[in-house]
Amino acid sequence: MIPEYLAPFIWAVLYILLAPVIGGLIAGIDRKVTARMQGRVGPPLLQPFYDVAKLYEKENLVVTASQNFFVLSYLVFMAVAGALFFSGGDMLLVIFAFTLSHIFLVLGAYASYSPYSHIGAERELLQIVAYEPMIILTAVGMYMVTKSFFVSTIVTSNIPIILYLPGVFIGYLIVLTIKLRKSPFDLSTSHHAHQELVKGVTTDFGGPNLGKIEIAHWYEYVFLLGVVWLFFAWNPLLAIVAIIIAYFIEILIDNTFARVKWQMMLRSAWIIAGTLGLVNLGVLYYLRMVVP
Amino acid sequence: MLVGRKDSGRKAIIQVSAIAIGIVSLLVLLFGYNKGTLIFSVNSELVSQIMFFIELILAAFILYLGIRHRKSLTVILILAQACLLVFFEIRFSGNMHIDNNIFLDQFSIIMALIVGIIGSLICVYSVGYMETYHHHYKEIRDRRNLFFGILFIFLSAMFGLVFSNNLIWVFFFWEITTICSFLLIGYSQSEEATNNAFLALWMNLLGGVAFMAALIYLAIIDPTGQLLGLNYLISTGKAVALVPAVLICFAGITKAALMPFSSWLTGAMVAPTPVSALLHSSTMVKAGVYIIVRFAPVLSGTTEGLIIALIGGTTFALASFIAISQNNAKKVLAYSTIANLGLIVACAGVGTYNLMWVAILLIVFHAIAKSLLFLCVGTVENRIGSRNIEDMGGLIVRMPKIAIMMFIGMAGMFLAPFGMVISKWAAIEAFITAPFGLIFIAILAFGGSATVFFWSKWMGKIISVMREQTVIEDTVKKEKWAVLYILTGLVVTVCLIFPLISSILIEPFVLNIYGQTTRLAQANLSIMLMMLCLLMIMPFSMLFYRKSTKYAPPYMAGRPVEGHMRFAGSMGVSRELVLSNYYMTSLFGEERLFMVGASLCWALLLFAGILLVGVIL
Repeated sequence: MIPEYLAPFIWAVLYILLAPVIGGLIAGIDRKVTARMQGRVGPPLLQPFYDVAKLYEKENLVVTASQNFFVLSYLVFMAVAGALFFSGGDMLLVIFAFTLSHIFLVLGAYASYSPYSHIGAERELLQIVAYEPMIILTAVGMYMVTKSFFVSTIVTSNIPIILYLPGVFIGYLIVLTIKLRKSPFDLSTSHHAHQELVKGVTTDFGGPNLGKIEIAHWYEYVFLLGVVWLFFAWNPLLAIVAIIIAYFIEILIDNTFARVKWQMMLRSAWIIAGTLGLVNLGVLYYLRMVVP
Repeated sequence: MLVGRKDSGRKAIIQVSAIAIGIVSLLVLLFGYNKGTLIFSVNSELVSQIMFFIELILAAFILYLGIRHRKSLTVILILAQACLLVFFEIRFSGNMHIDNNIFLDQFSIIMALIVGIIGSLICVYSVGYMETYHHHYKEIRDRRNLFFGILFIFLSAMFGLVFSNNLIWVFFFWEITTICSFLLIGYSQSEEATNNAFLALWMNLLGGVAFMAALIYLAIIDPTGQLLGLNYLISTGKAVALVPAVLICFAGITKAALMPFSSWLTGAMVAPTPVSALLHSSTMVKAGVYIIVRFAPVLSGTTEGLIIALIGGTTFALASFIAISQNNAKKVLAYSTIANLGLIVACAGVGTYNLMWVAILLIVFHAIAKSLLFLCVGTVENRIGSRNIEDMGGLIVRMPKIAIMMFIGMAGMFLAPFGMVISKWAAIEAFITAPFGLIFIAILAFGGSATVFFWSKWMGKIISVMREQTVIEDTVKKEKWAVLYILTGLVVTVCLIFPLISSILIEPFVLNIYGQTTRLAQANLSIMLMMLCLLMIMPFSMLFYRKSTKYAPPYMAGRPVEGHMRFAGSMGVSRELVLSNYYMTSLFGEERLFMVGASLCWALLLFAGILLVGVIL
């Protein structure tokens, strides 16, 4: 039997080892479903893995050496953020590590002085600005329901969190749209060639560096869907169904909306966070604090 | 210092006295950290008399300047203040007998360390800076003796302020800092500098009048003057202390440059950069938040406190937004200072025990990172002749060391696991249990994401690599380097040892006042430490890549790139590539948001004033 104090470490190691596999599979399924929605057959399920393997075959071409460092840091801190989350760490710390890793990606894009990667970097930053308030409000909402910022406590609280935080959940879906790089909010870089400004934030990354960005993205998938799990944590079966539905909705939105301008993204993300998120929390706050 | 001396002699004196100040403040730490609150009684009659006369002389001096420059507002305010002062002296001081004029507790020690170490480092730095400054601006009259003299008076006044228990003394030092900053802002004697100096002066004098009103109010309630002891006043509780607390906090708001008074601090950037560094990090604005944090226990749980906190919160959010739209490096720094001061005041205004802990932590982290950033910007400005962020592109090539230091300073302002994020995090955890905390959490969430934006795009500008540029930082002087290295070291070290600072200084202080205290969870601390180590190790990965990397020109959509960021345009013209950041002035324009902020904050102040009148009557 595993001693209890080791459990967080095991979870962290499991995440670091398995998340890329799961994330890659999700990406494969995503591409398949998207293709079907567009009336195509789509690539094989394992295509994302083939892609990354091929990227690693290529030579490492950069504009400046520091790009290597920034991309590596992006990957490492993304893994750190996810590992912290899955080992039951403090939600706020997880969010700060998450932001840190994205700042590294942005800086890597800035470091090459290409106009396309520059615009990508600015837009990636705008995306961070757009989703960050909501993700913090999500953590705060979880605290108000479970009295803890620690993921370990939130998971084992046995409270149907979603019933208390429906507004926050909708706000979080917007975060998901932005973070999964789904249209209409795929401003900085997109999976779809038809609406892309060259390749946005990843323009000047190639070969193994681009591979690392892909892997970091897979880590990110698993972490983001893990947060969805938290809303339904009291019932694992329901949680899995919810994750599948949520992801399906994201793909559907992706394929039915065209990319919007950044103003629209910033406004809609903030307005949703400010209305649904805050009103939800406000009601909760009122019920908890004022009407004890 | 004021008397003329040769340059070399002056430099030595400044360095020696700066080191002496630093050592003395460390000694104070060693002497006082485990002693709780110490109160010293000094025979004060004579000292108080001298202070009174100095204040009258200063008032006359300001009056003279005000009339000469035809600044009617300043004249009215200084007359009002002088009349109140004379009235106070004649009517009350005769019966008063205050023994405990000086005190020393952990909060004073923290402030003294900030003033003593960071303040004196800035003084050392400014020796080299002022030399280059006068070299660049030949038209400005060289009054360096006056300059350095005032710097040291300023620091002394700060020491006096944080150690004074007698509110009359606090007021005296308070006025000295106002006048010192007025003189320093107006140093260059240009029209803009003079105007901005008077702007700072009248706003701070307005605060001074409120402070004086608080003193008179206290003297009326208790003619023996016991209430004028800060320590005793705070311990008497809300019934007595609320009115003076709000009045003095108003003075604190003017001094800490919260909206609607933020314009004096943004105007103050006409001064030489070390002055800005001093005003923003260790003196002046920190005096404002110091006094507000002192009164936090009185404000906690009152409507007035909530209003003050709201003023702070509004300032935090709007100043962060405004910073997005600025391309002047010093102005970005100024708005970031204003935002952080707003956050500190928001914490102090709500005033629960864990928020007070956060507020003090914020003061410490902010002072170090901000002084480093100002001095870096000053150095860059000296070299490249511009303080526009857009001109700082490729700084990592041109001035690699400075760029890395700026990088660390900025990381200290907004990235995990550095100082300001620790405080922001602690603030969220503290607000969540505080009354009306949700409002402030929302403000933190939205304002905080704005800070991420403006810092990162600045960072991006610095590191965007343009080829064919030469290193130009080799002319920067030795002592400037020393100061910058020390400050950079401090930013990192304080992140590493802040649990220690917290446990020997901040926690005992908070415990002493509230009977309970707070800290970050041990598990989180070790994770943060691991992250910090990871961050320090990561740059070594560059070594690994050194050999294996091949270079390619940046992507230009197939346009051939020619040499130094030029590409072949149509019709055979060679065009230069210029990239610029987003400023989004239509959303975050300074004018619009400042109007919003100022009107909101005036409304809040008015409301607080009405409440106060209600309490007094």
